[in-house]
Amino acid sequence: MKQKKIVMDAEALDRSLTRIAYEILERNKGSKELCLVGIRTGGVFLAERLRKKISRIEGADVPVGILDITLYRDDLRITDRKPKLGRTDIPFSLDNKKVILVDDVLFTGRTIRAAMDALIDFGRPKLIQLAVLVDRGHRELPIRADFVGKNLPSSAWEDIVVNLTEKNGIDEVLIQDSNR
Amino acid sequence: MKFTKKDILGIKDLSVEEIKLILDTAESFIEVSTREIKKVPTLRGKTIINLFFEASTRTRTSFEIAGKRLSADTINISASTSSVVKGETLIDTARNIEAMNPDAIVIRHSAAGAPHLLARMVKQSIINAGDGAHEHPTQALLDMMTIREKKGRIAGLAVAIVGDIAHSRVARSNIYGLTKMGARVIVAGPAMMIPRDIERMGVSVYHKLEDAIKDVDIIMMLRIQMERQQQKIFPSLREYSNYFCLNRNNITLAKDDVLVMHPGPINRGIEISPDIADGPYSVILDQVTNGVAVRMALLYLLIGGKS
Repeated sequence: MKQKKIVMDAEALDRSLTRIAYEILERNKGSKELCLVGIRTGGVFLAERLRKKISRIEGADVPVGILDITLYRDDLRITDRKPKLGRTDIPFSLDNKKVILVDDVLFTGRTIRAAMDALIDFGRPKLIQLAVLVDRGHRELPIRADFVGKNLPSSAWEDIVVNLTEKNGIDEVLIQDSNR
Repeated sequence: MKFTKKDILGIKDLSVEEIKLILDTAESFIEVSTREIKKVPTLRGKTIINLFFEASTRTRTSFEIAGKRLSADTINISASTSSVVKGETLIDTARNIEAMNPDAIVIRHSAAGAPHLLARMVKQSIINAGDGAHEHPTQALLDMMTIREKKGRIAGLAVAIVGDIAHSRVARSNIYGLTKMGARVIVAGPAMMIPRDIERMGVSVYHKLEDAIKDVDIIMMLRIQMERQQQKIFPSLREYSNYFCLNRNNITLAKDDVLVMHPGPINRGIEISPDIADGPYSVILDQVTNGVAVRMALLYLLIGGKS
């Protein structure tokens, strides 16, 4: 029987995002020049939620982009399955913007490395900050998050699953035994 | 779904799921070509050989750009400047290229089946860029992509393909693809240009342009291959254009939102009048734009992962 534990429920998840929204505004002294870029797929919904929260707090609309990092992955060479390519959609210039990169889980850091390479191809942001819902450790690259919903020390053989209403019908973060 | 094909030799060998995956992937690649820096690192360190035994501007350039935007190294070999003029056979040329260890070979050849022969001979991925009058799969894929982009679907649409059906690899690949995707395909042309038994491919046949394009959603005009004029398969260009040139009068027979397509190069005033080629119904240049995306998608799916 696979072990499964809920580590964040809907309220905890929402409170974390609210706090992150405040932290982003505090660190950047408001929403000027700010933009959010969500990494497909989990980060996209989280970026959209942060946009709504920032708009509620600040009364300002921050642009949101979608980034698919498939074409920048470093494991294409060694992986057997070709990941399905999604569409990247950043309908605004990144030049001199403060870019908040948003993802659900921060793990090895390789996704973020790929995402930063991709962002740089779109322009020259003033700065890039990273917001994640869960930081589960086990970094393989020198990368850290600026805004973290929850630090979740985990074993490499465990899976962290982030379910969001937009695609799974429920907001929760689970920790479970790996299928691997 | 997982894409497991080694080669892209024809639309005939592709399943509906594979075609959909290729078109979905191609749609995602459109964005790369609109960036200021039109390059992604996906195929860094991969080598693609474009081996063209027939004249081509569009297709060869399109493949070259597709490879380069994915950071692959692309090398063009055209028959006129290669050892072929010294009498080397296709198989020897291929074996020599194979020995240099590329990852994919794109081939256009006047002999039907040449890419299939190569695919059996060498371990690299082969993409058919047109073989004789047989198939031109990347053209059909970019055509289907353009239709899907403009109409939102392919299934249920009526598509008329007009011209020299018998000698057209574009027509053949499109017939395979469009019928698989659920479109209704109509072909039209002078009797000499319609292959016998073409109905078996699931199409209906007309010999008058006006009958063929009545109420259709898409009109695909084929290039009259001037080089075949010597074979006397039609009396004169003027007679052909009198009966089969798409112009502002006969186009009114089609649906109001008809799309006009042409694989290029166009013969203005012969199979299509200039005002139609440049007019509001024409998506001829969208086809070219989508061609790059389709070829990027194929290169990604074939050699993007572990080989």
